[in-house]
Amino acid sequence: MYQTTYHRASSVDEAAALFAKGSEAKFLAGGQTLLPVMKQRLASPSDVIDLGKIKELIGIEVSGDTLTVKAATPHYDVATSDAVKKAIPALAYLASLIGDPAVRYRGTIGGSIANNDPAADYPAALLALGATVKTNKRSIAAEDFFKGLFTTALEDGEIITSVSFPVPQKAGYAKMPHPASRFALTAVFVAQTKTGEIRVAATGASQSGVMRVSAIEAALKANWSPSAIDGVSISASNLLSDIHGTAEYRANLIKVMAQRAVAAAS
Amino acid sequence: MGVEGIGASVVRKEDKRFITGKGRYVDDIKLQGMTHAHFIRSPHAHAKVKGIDSAEALKMPGVVAVLTGQQIVDDKVGNLICGWAITSKDGSPMKMGAWPAMAPETVRFVGQAVAVVIAETKNLARDAAEAVVVDYEELPAVADVHAAIKAGAPQLHPEAPGNQVYDWVIGDEGATDAAFSKAANVVKLDVTNNRLAPNAMEPRAAIADYDSAEEHFTLYTTSQNPHVARLVLSAFYNIAPEHKLRVIAPDVGGGFGSKIFIYPEEMVALWASKKVGRPVKWTGDRTEAFLTDAHGRDHVTHAEMAFDANNNITGLKVKTYANFGAYMSLFSSSVPTYLYATLLSGQYNIPAIHAEVIGVYTNTTPVDAYRGAGRPEASYLIERLMETAARQLKIDPAALRRQNFITQFPHQTPVIMAYDTGDFNASLDAAMQAIDYAGFPARKAKANAGGKLRGIGVSCYIEACGIAPSKAVGSLGAGVGLWESAEVRVNPVGTIEILTGSHSHGQGHETTFCQLVAERLGVPISQVSIVHGDTDKVQFGMGTYGSRSAAVGLTAILKAMEKMEAKAKKIAAHALEASEADIVIENGEFKVTGTDKAIALPMVALAAYTAHNLPDGMEPGLKESAFYDPTNFTFPAGAYICEVEVDPGTGKTSFVNFVAADDFGRLINPMIVEGQVHGGLAQGIGQALLEHAIYDANGQPVTASFMDYSMPRADDLPSFKLSHTTTLCPGNPLGIKGCGEAGAIGASAAVINAITDAIGKNNLEMPATPDRVWRTIHAA
Ligand SMILES: Cc1cc2nc3c(=O)[nH]c(=O)nc-3n(C[C@H](O)[C@H](O)[C@H](O)COP(=O)(O)OP(=O)(O)OC[C@H]3O[C@@H](n4cnc5c(N)ncnc54)[C@H](O)[C@@H]3O)c2cc1C
Repeated sequence: MYQTTYHRASSVDEAAALFAKGSEAKFLAGGQTLLPVMKQRLASPSDVIDLGKIKELIGIEVSGDTLTVKAATPHYDVATSDAVKKAIPALAYLASLIGDPAVRYRGTIGGSIANNDPAADYPAALLALGATVKTNKRSIAAEDFFKGLFTTALEDGEIITSVSFPVPQKAGYAKMPHPASRFALTAVFVAQTKTGEIRVAATGASQSGVMRVSAIEAALKANWSPSAIDGVSISASNLLSDIHGTAEYRANLIKVMAQRAVAAAS
Repeated sequence: MGVEGIGASVVRKEDKRFITGKGRYVDDIKLQGMTHAHFIRSPHAHAKVKGIDSAEALKMPGVVAVLTGQQIVDDKVGNLICGWAITSKDGSPMKMGAWPAMAPETVRFVGQAVAVVIAETKNLARDAAEAVVVDYEELPAVADVHAAIKAGAPQLHPEAPGNQVYDWVIGDEGATDAAFSKAANVVKLDVTNNRLAPNAMEPRAAIADYDSAEEHFTLYTTSQNPHVARLVLSAFYNIAPEHKLRVIAPDVGGGFGSKIFIYPEEMVALWASKKVGRPVKWTGDRTEAFLTDAHGRDHVTHAEMAFDANNNITGLKVKTYANFGAYMSLFSSSVPTYLYATLLSGQYNIPAIHAEVIGVYTNTTPVDAYRGAGRPEASYLIERLMETAARQLKIDPAALRRQNFITQFPHQTPVIMAYDTGDFNASLDAAMQAIDYAGFPARKAKANAGGKLRGIGVSCYIEACGIAPSKAVGSLGAGVGLWESAEVRVNPVGTIEILTGSHSHGQGHETTFCQLVAERLGVPISQVSIVHGDTDKVQFGMGTYGSRSAAVGLTAILKAMEKMEAKAKKIAAHALEASEADIVIENGEFKVTGTDKAIALPMVALAAYTAHNLPDGMEPGLKESAFYDPTNFTFPAGAYICEVEVDPGTGKTSFVNFVAADDFGRLINPMIVEGQVHGGLAQGIGQALLEHAIYDANGQPVTASFMDYSMPRADDLPSFKLSHTTTLCPGNPLGIKGCGEAGAIGASAAVINAITDAIGKNNLEMPATPDRVWRTIHAA
C-alpha cells in the first residue's frame, strides 16, 4: 500500500468537504473492494475518507411501499433484517449470498453499487426492482445509474446516501456462484411490480455489466411460470467468456437462473 | 494401549499454541538490524534481460542495496540442482538447463526473479523496486506440453533440444505388445492430470543472518527438511560449509511438498545478508506463492489396457508427457518416473506393463512433488481406466476390480514395486457396505425421477510410502539416502526429549511421537517433548514428505528407545539387585517382575547422571540415538466410493455421500489420521472439481489469485464417512504404512467416475467445473 491520509467523516457534508480538499481522494465504506486494490498498489488515493461511521448513512427503513437501505449499511444487516425479509425477502436472500461472512459484515450496499462490478449481486436487484439511488446531490433511477463495467452515473465526489426499493408484488433471486470468488457467475433477479410490470435483470453474464433480459420479461408477462422460459432463446454474443464459464454456458444460466428465481419468487 | 499410548485419539499438544496465536512462524521472527527483501520478478514468460538500471532506486529512502542476477553469478553462488538423475531410454542422462537463483540473462517463467531490493522496511523495498528499470526483450513462449515438443516451438534451454528433459521407459515392451496382440478387448483412454498450485496456508519465508566474526550463517526458513536444505546449500550452492550454516525451520504452516525444495529466495537471502552485513528477511505474498511455489501434477497421458475373454487384465501400455515448467526443481525428475510409473499396477494383477514418460520444459512455474507426487497421477489413470473398462465390457465396476485384485502377498509387480501385504477385498467390502452400494440403483432411479442425474464412482488406490529404502532409491538415481534418525534423551529428572529428523508442519508429530514413548514407558505425554526443525539441535535427518514420518521417523525413535530402555533396565536391575532379564517397564517404573520391587524412571535417570552407583564399566548418562533405513516401501491402500448428484441445468455436482475405507497398518492416533484423510480428500476433490493452475498460450498465468484459482472450501465438501481395515506392515516393527497422502491419491478418480456415471458420458477432464460438466452433458 502506498502512503495515504485517512479521515473519518462524521457527516455527509463533512465527507464531501474533505473530498474536495484532497488531491486524489477516495471514499471508503466497507473497504472490501478498495483496500485489496490499494494493497496491490493498483490504487493510490492521496486521502481516504471513511463513510463507515456516519450515522445518517446506516440503517433500513420501510415507509409505505418503499424500502430504503442507507448507503453504508452492511450486507449482513440487509440479510438479517426482519423489515427486509418481510418487504422484499428476495433482497435479504441476495445479501445473504454475497461473499463470505467477513465480507458481509464489512461490505456495504453503497460500496457495491458505486463499484458496479459486472458480477456483483446488488445491481441485479436495483435494476429488476426499479430502485432509485439517492446521493447528496440528486436521485438517479437504477436504469440510469449503471453505465457498464465498473462505471456509474456518479460524478466525482458525489456520495450515495441511500437506495430506495419499491416493494414488489413478487420477487425472486437465483445465483450460480463463481467457484473461486463466489461473485455471480450468472445470477438473475425477477420481479413483478405492484403495477404489474415484469422486470428481469441478470448480473455476471454480460460484457457490459448488469442488464435487463427483455425476452424473459416478455415470456413471463404472458405466463408467470418457470416453464414459460423454456422456449426463450438467449444469444451468447456479448456475454462474458472465461475459464469458469463460456458465453454459451452463461446464456444457459440466464434461463436456468431465471426459472429458479421465478420458482422461488414470493 | 494406555490412555495416551498407541491407538489413543489424544488431543494434539501443539494445538494450544496454534489456536491461541502463539505459534512462531518465520515471519514472526524479528532480528536486531533486520532488513527486508523485495524481489523484482519477470512479467514475461520468456525474455532476455538486456539491462537493469537501479540508479534511481538506490537514491530512494531506506534502500540498502539492489542486487542482480549477474552479481549472484559473479559471486559463484551455485545454480539450483535437481537431486535425482534419470536416464533416457537411449542411455543418455537427463538434459538440464541451468537455473541461477536470479536470472542474469534469460527469464523463462512469469515470476522468475531478476533482482532484489534490500531496504529498511518491506514497504520501502517495494517502493524502490518500482523504480528499478529492467529492460526485457520478449521472446516467444510456450506453456503447453504438446505445443512445446512440436518442431519449431520456442526453445527454452540450449542443453535440452526440442524442450525434452528425458524420454524414459519402464517395464517389458515385448511382453506388453504380445499381451495386446492376443487381447480379446482393449480399452483406451486419454487423460490430463491438471496442474495444481499447492497453496500452503503460510507462504514461504526466509530470514538469513550472517555473522562476519564467525563467518557463520543462520537461516530461518519454511522448510519440511532443514537438514536437506543445509546439505544442498552447502554442498551445491557454495553458501557456507555445513558447520557454518544453521538452518531452523520453526513452526511451518503447511507444506504439501512445496516446502521440500530449496528455492532461490533462501539462497538470495543468505548471499545478500553477507553482502549487506545485516539480517535479510523475505516473506512471500500469495501472488508470489502462486508464481513461484513448485506446482504439482500436469501430465497428459494416453493409456491402453488389454483384457482376455474372461475380463482378466493382461497388459497395460502408458505414454505420459510430464510438464516440468521452466526448470528442473529439486526432486521433480523422480515424480513422473519412480513415484508414478512404479505404481501403475494399482491393486491389480497385471502381467505385463510398459510405460514411457517424456519430460518437457515449458515457460511455466517449475513442477515438483505435491501431496502424493506421482501416485495420484498413477492412481487416477488406473482407476479411470478400470471404470472405462467396466463400462465398455458392461460389467459392474466393483466386480471387475475384485476379479483382478492381487490377493497373494508378497506380490512383485512388473514395475519394480514388491507389495508386502494388503487386503483389497476387505477395503472394497467396507466401502461398498458403508455407501450401500447394493441400494444405489434404486436411489439413482428416484433421483432421476426428480430431474437430477445421480452417479456412483469407485476408486481403489494403492501408493508407496515410507519413503524410502536408501539402497533401492540410490540404485534408481536418487542423490540422497532416505533413512531417518532419532535421539532419545532422558534428562536427569526423568523427563524425556526426542530429537527427530522428521519435521512437523501440521502433521501433529509433537503428539504422535510422544504417544510411542507413553506406550513404552507408561509416562504421560506431558513429560515428553519433541525437538525438531533445527540443524544445531538435531542430528542429521531427512525431513518429512512421502508419508514417511511415522513409518520411518517413528521407527528410528523406536530403535533409539529400545537402546535407551536396555541401558535403563541394567541400571534398574543393578539398583534393585535383580536380574536384568526380570525387569519390566510399567507406568513409568522399572519393576522386578512378579514382585513389588520397583524403581521409578526419574530415579533411574538420576542414577545414570550422578553415576555414583552404576554397574561396573557402564558409561554415565541416559541418551541413545539410532538411524533407521527401511527395507521396503510401505503400501497403504484402500477403497473410496462417492455418490454424486449432477444438476443438469447448471452442471453443478453435489455430493450425496463419500466413504473412505483405508488400510494404513497400525494407527498411532486415529483422530490425527482422520484429520490427515480429511485434508487429503479435500485436496483430491479439489483437484477433481475445482483447482486448476492455468496459463494462456503465451505463458501468462491466468489463476494467480484466489479470485480465479478455486481452492476447496468447507461447503464444497461432503461430510466424509471414514473407516479402516488393517493389515500390519511387515516392513517395520510398528506395522505402520502411513496416511498423509492417501486422500489426495484416491479421491479424484472416485469423483470423476461418479460424475461420468451420472451424466452417462465417459470423457470428462478435471476439474469438472459446472461449465465443463454442462457442456459435456449437452455435447452432441
Ligand atoms: C472475498 C470477496 C468476495 C466478494 N463476494 C461478493 C459477491 O459474492 N457478490 C458481490 O456483490 N460482491 C462481493 N464482494 C464485494 C463486496 O460486496 C464489497 O462489499 C463491495 O464490492 C464494495 O463495498 P464496500 O462497502 O466494501 O466498498 P469499498 O471497498 O469501501 O469501496 C468501493 C468503492 O465504492 C466507493 N464508495 C463506497 N461507498 C460509497 C458511497 N456511499 N458513495 C459513493 N462511493 C462510494 C469507494 O470510493 C470505492 O471506490 C466480495 C468481496 C470480497 C473481498
